[in-house]
Order: sequence, then C-alpha cells, then structure tokens
Amino acid sequence: MKNEELENMLPGFADLAVGSQAVFRRALEALSLPGRVLELPHPAQTPANGHPAAALLLLALLDSDCSLWLSPSLAGSQAQAWLRFHTGCRCVSDPGAARFLWFAAADPWPALAQLDWGSDEYPDQSATCVIELPSLHEPQSAPLRLSGPGIQGHASLQPRGLPADFVVQWAANHAAFPRGVDAFLVAGHSVCGLPRSTRVQHAPHTPLEP
Amino acid sequence: MALLARAPLALLEQGLQARLAQRRTEWLRPPETGLYMVQGRAGATGQRFNLGELTVTRCTLRALNEQGEQQGLKGERQAGLPAATVGVAYVLGRSHRHAELAAWADALLQEAGPGAELEQTLLAPVRAHLAQQQAQRRAQAQASKVDFFTLAREAGVSDGAEDEQ
Repeated sequence: MKNEELENMLPGFADLAVGSQAVFRRALEALSLPGRVLELPHPAQTPANGHPAAALLLLALLDSDCSLWLSPSLAGSQAQAWLRFHTGCRCVSDPGAARFLWFAAADPWPALAQLDWGSDEYPDQSATCVIELPSLHEPQSAPLRLSGPGIQGHASLQPRGLPADFVVQWAANHAAFPRGVDAFLVAGHSVCGLPRSTRVQHAPHTPLEP
Repeated sequence: MALLARAPLALLEQGLQARLAQRRTEWLRPPETGLYMVQGRAGATGQRFNLGELTVTRCTLRALNEQGEQQGLKGERQAGLPAATVGVAYVLGRSHRHAELAAWADALLQEAGPGAELEQTLLAPVRAHLAQQQAQRRAQAQASKVDFFTLAREAGVSDGAEDEQ
C-alpha cells in the first residue's frame, strides 16, 4: 500500500460486528425480497467515489478469500484502497475472474455473460455484482416487471441507467439457473436485490425497445 | 517498527505517557489479534513448508490532537505533504495496548517536532534495553559453549600416524 493511500484512508465500520451485521442483514433481506428498494444503514464513513450503499455492501461482504473487480473509474481510486485495507480482498483486472464486481454508474458494463456464472456442481461460486444506478425510482423510465421466488404475483421497478439490452442479458442469466450471477442494484443509500432466480420483463404496456 | 514491536510494554508506556495526554486516536483499524502462518524453506532454497502459526496483534490509527483536528491538516495538504500522520503496528502476542502504543509511537515519530525528541526519550532506551537483553542471552549461550579442540587434535595425530605407516 502506498503511503498517500494510507494517509487518506477512511476508517471502516465504527463498530465492526454491529455495522457489518446490520448491512449483511439488509443484503439478505434485499435478495430474499427481490425488487423491493431498501434503505441501507450507514454505520461507516464511505469513500467519496462510488455510491455509499455499494461501498457498504462490499465492505460487509468481502473478505480475504474474495476477488474483486472494479469498473475503470473506481479502479485505483480511494475506494479500492479502502476496500483492500479493510477487507483484505484481492483486486483482479479480468471481470471473468472476480467473485464480486462493482460497476460504477459512469462506466459501461461488461456483458453479464462474460462473468463467472459458477458451475452446475458449484453454482454458489458465481459472481455477485454491485451495480450503481443513478436512480431506482424514476417515473420517466420504462417499468420492469419482476417475478419469481420472494415476490407475490409480480413487482415493478423503475430504475434509470440500465443498459438497453439488460432484460435480454438477464433472461439468459435467469435461464442458466442454477448457474448465473446475482446482482444488487444500488443508488445512493438504497439497495434492491436481483437474484438469479428473478425473472425480469418489460412491463406489458410499454414498447419493447426503450 | 521492529524496534517498537520488540520494545517492552513498560518502556513504551513510560516514553509515551506525556505525549498522549492531549492526543486522541482515530482508529482506522482497531487492534485485532489474529494468526499468521509462518512459512520456511530448508536452506532458503527448498520447498516452502508451514513452520507454524504466530499470534499477531495489529492496528492502524490516525493521530489527532484533543480538538479532534488533524494537526496542520490544511496547510500541509496544500503543500502536497502528508495530510495526517498514520501509525501502523504489528506486534507479536495478544497485547492490544502494546499494538496501540507502538502505532502511536510510529505516528509521532513521523511528526517533525516530537519525532526527533522521541528518538532520544523513547527509542534510545528501547535500543539499550534490547542490546542488553541480547548481550545477556549471548553471555548465557557463551557459558555453555563446549570446545572440541582436544578431540580434534587427537584425531589429527592419529590421522598423521596412519599416513606415515
């Protein structure tokens, strides 16, 4: 670690046990109730780059056995040094080799198909993406219709900033079940879980091409 | 850092007591105790093997003064110098206090004013103590030294006799 990085280092969770458990609990809740937008507690000071919810989720989830890929605007930033210092995770440059991925809102995404989907024997070893979006409640954007385990009937989500072919990419990810990646959509302090078991479609009353 | 990690706790307490009265700690990583696997190589070239585990306590802190301000933060940051002094310590054993004091000493030694002073009041006694400890150990080992010169000479004589025959 470089000296300047250490000098500008922010502390992690104020209370490690309580803070990480509070965030972990919320992460579980988000994945078990897909499509519901939850507020994350903020028991830690987070780096300036990246959304606080994304930083907190990764701070709680990562440990020294994890590999992390950061999208270009985050790689080499204070956020990277911060996560490496507090969690001991390894940073990798190939998105396919990472267990955890952090997509910054400003950067283009790697294709979901490029990521580690796990194997049929070990579907648990697939990647988890933390995806920053400008907003999770955007009345102007085309609503997505979510259905699957954890959702009674169907749920609606109106995120802004998803790539145009997200629904197609996610359909392929969903079809590969039990393999596939899980995602957390985050904006500011809010988080919304999107496990691989969730089916994502365009809501029927909107045209297919946004 | 090695010096501070080896320093006895009493000397650290004594040397830093006056300095820490009006300072406050911001923990970047509170003291935590864990295990490190120490690996060795036979003859420094062989296969690596696990020698054993060591208990290590580590911590990282940022040195603040009583008002909670980082000393000289603004001026130094503008000058492109370190923004605040961060102290790091890794010490053997489970003593959180030892790790804390060693990290404080590390931070203070980086500050211009107290650094030079601490060199005298803290590091010099620690150095003296460790040197004394080492000398004592050396003396102890020296006392149990066995000279094999008699044996060697006998062997030499018999070899020579054989050669002559």
